[in-house]
Amino acid sequence: MSIAGVCLEKPGTKVALTGNEAIARGALEAGVAYAASYPGSPTAEVLGTLSRLAGNFKLYAEWSVNEKVAMEGAAAASFAGLRSLVVMKADGLNVALDFAGALAISGCRGGMVIVLGDDPNAHSSVREEDSRNLCKAIHLPVLEPSSVQEALEMTREAFSLSEDLKLPVVVRCVTRVCHASGDVELGELNRPLPVPDFTRDNRVITFGIQLHALQEQKLARAAEWACHSGFNSYTGPENPERLVIACGPCYMHALEALDMLAATGVGVLKLGVTWPLPHQLLLKYLRNASEVVFAEEVEPFVEDNVTSLAAMQIPRGIKFYGKRSGHVAGPAGPGIGELDPDILASSLAGIFGVKYETPGVSGRAEALELLGEKMPDRELAFCAGCPHRASFWAVRAALELDGRGGIVLGDIGCYTLGMARTGYNLLQTVHCMGAGIGLAGGMANLSRFGFDRPIVTLVGDSTFYHAAIPALINARYHNSSFLCVVLDNETTAMTGHQPHPGRSVTAMGEPARTVRMEELLQGVGLPYVVQDPYDVEATIDVVCNMLGQEGPRVLILRRTCVLAAVRGKQKARVYVDQEKCIGDSCGCGRFCSRVFACPANVWDAAGGKARIDEAVCNGCGVCASLCPQGAIVVERAVL
Amino acid sequence: MKEPLNIIITGVGGQGNVLASQVLSSAAAQAGYRVAVGETFGVSQRGGSVMSHVRISLTRPYGPLIPKGRAHIVAGFEPLETLRVLLEYANPETVVIMNNRPNYPLGCLSGEQKYPDPRDIEKAAGKLTPRLHLLSATELAKEAGSPLAANMVMTGALAGSRLLPFGREHFTGVIETLFQDPVRELNLRAFELGLYQMNK
Repeated sequence: MSIAGVCLEKPGTKVALTGNEAIARGALEAGVAYAASYPGSPTAEVLGTLSRLAGNFKLYAEWSVNEKVAMEGAAAASFAGLRSLVVMKADGLNVALDFAGALAISGCRGGMVIVLGDDPNAHSSVREEDSRNLCKAIHLPVLEPSSVQEALEMTREAFSLSEDLKLPVVVRCVTRVCHASGDVELGELNRPLPVPDFTRDNRVITFGIQLHALQEQKLARAAEWACHSGFNSYTGPENPERLVIACGPCYMHALEALDMLAATGVGVLKLGVTWPLPHQLLLKYLRNASEVVFAEEVEPFVEDNVTSLAAMQIPRGIKFYGKRSGHVAGPAGPGIGELDPDILASSLAGIFGVKYETPGVSGRAEALELLGEKMPDRELAFCAGCPHRASFWAVRAALELDGRGGIVLGDIGCYTLGMARTGYNLLQTVHCMGAGIGLAGGMANLSRFGFDRPIVTLVGDSTFYHAAIPALINARYHNSSFLCVVLDNETTAMTGHQPHPGRSVTAMGEPARTVRMEELLQGVGLPYVVQDPYDVEATIDVVCNMLGQEGPRVLILRRTCVLAAVRGKQKARVYVDQEKCIGDSCGCGRFCSRVFACPANVWDAAGGKARIDEAVCNGCGVCASLCPQGAIVVERAVL
Repeated sequence: MKEPLNIIITGVGGQGNVLASQVLSSAAAQAGYRVAVGETFGVSQRGGSVMSHVRISLTRPYGPLIPKGRAHIVAGFEPLETLRVLLEYANPETVVIMNNRPNYPLGCLSGEQKYPDPRDIEKAAGKLTPRLHLLSATELAKEAGSPLAANMVMTGALAGSRLLPFGREHFTGVIETLFQDPVRELNLRAFELGLYQMNK
């Protein structure tokens, strides 16, 4: 799991890589020349890896302003005959879909691969979108790796398939592959000298229904290819009566579940190509089957398409078990959340009418009794020292001082956590990148019907560039009255500190011409103020003042993400002067630990006083400015 | 060795669990074993629970998730999170290495929920599995130079547990290539302290 493994020159060697690194390696083995992405979990590290190797491999890698622009850039490289890669999370495909749908009709030239990161269980997303349905809707082939090794191989082979079909190919990778690691066998690296070529004779145009017919022909060829592709494989008896059809990591889970049940005689058909379906291959195994079980995440995609195929092609009835029948389901119900070996073992046990008991501990009841009635939850929180905590605190305080019942709309980024306790439950709407500003404009336009609450919308810096500008233009054009607060931590923090157009450096580490937020706002004609949120008192004043103004207006709360700020530096030492802290007799209600709720501010129950956990504290010192007793001391590091 | 050997590393976002699982699995791969690692962290850089499943095998590859009740070793960087994992993944044979330093969830800091008494956590862990090793990993890390190196103390403890089919040199080799000085020196010191504690 290292960059050294990704660029190792020895084919045949086994190294441990993450799924995302394996995708990057696969692209390098295919000789990718152009790679673009907007960071999103679970695929953020693919371009992160490629950009670090860009110089070494003479490839171009960029963090684009958003996914649509990333896909357009990659498509241009493909039109010029180069191999190109575009990477995004499922939500990013929604942003890029307008172009993707057109591109799927026009087709491409050089091999073009779209890596989509789906996040079953929504580990690091606001929802668990299954992008396969969209891929089917716009007619793109989909490959689904079941392991880290396959992530490498499928990415590599997807380039050839794309070139052959003249159609972009999707590699749909779920979190359990992207964020998994495993030993992979490396193939040969490919370092072509890219020779882009797009002359007056080249045309790539989306127009008319003739191209739709061509698109269907391409898919028919892809289905034919899929029937012979090694990415689909079968293990089990020759004519299975019981068949499990599995794809993605559910294939590994299904093999393990069958082991756990000691079930024999069950055939397992692994589908690596899930769109278009390999009809002939499926029919071969369905022909004699009487019971068929589907193991896939999240929606019943393969299930619906296979049952429809069987309805047309197989005259007798087969019993199908899956999400539609309700038999394959996790604790939240069929089609909701991830699958795992346990869920599949109990689902298969139910279908096959056998028993499965989870091994486990014996002293469970006694242990739980010792721990009290309920184990405390571990809810998400802004990091210790996060500037967002100070910003949310100031906005909350200002709204209370303002007293007119102002509302707060939200957006996507670290600050989405502001809907929870760590952000004082401030956010009232959370949807997608940039939505908070459009919603704020809409709310503001309700003023003509008498809606008169102050409106605040919070947006991060990377989201600002990604999706906020059109909504701000709209607000200015219609004079929609709201306060937009940009929480500018000068990086794309949530996904691992990728640079964005507000930074002075590109993905490849080259100097960039910074697109200053202030200049954009000036261009749109919006008034703005810049303030450091660590100065909480001044920030409250500014927010109060701006709440009283009319029209669209912007407050930039600028302070570098604390994790980026302290990296490789000596942190300030913050501690509670135990003489000055007077504990519960203060009347502050344990302000630092209970109310301000920074995880570094803890309560020493034995001593009855506040304390700083030095293993957690990042040394921002904001709590020191808020402590009514002035009991918190900040010792800045001597440099 | 069990086939596969199932190890769970658990803790709170920011404690460096993912890095520890990376060192462990790279060491296993270098020693010639097959490895599969599943990380469950989501947005947990932001203070949530983090769990890494590490599966080491000889014959065939495995999926990245360990089935319930089938962990052979649990390395817990935080007591409450260790308990959470034990309740789901342990069996009476499971060996547990637990850092005794609590990290309080917001609900406990606010007073709405109660963080269990550390002695009760220890007792409860003992009820679940008798093979419990307690470690002051954060304190040992401070001794090594920084409380943040507790993850390498725990990694050292894993290496010293005598439960892995490969030796410490595979770990130190990975740490040496993964980090640069002065972090490399710090991590090696922390690793040695953890290893020594387990062998003491």
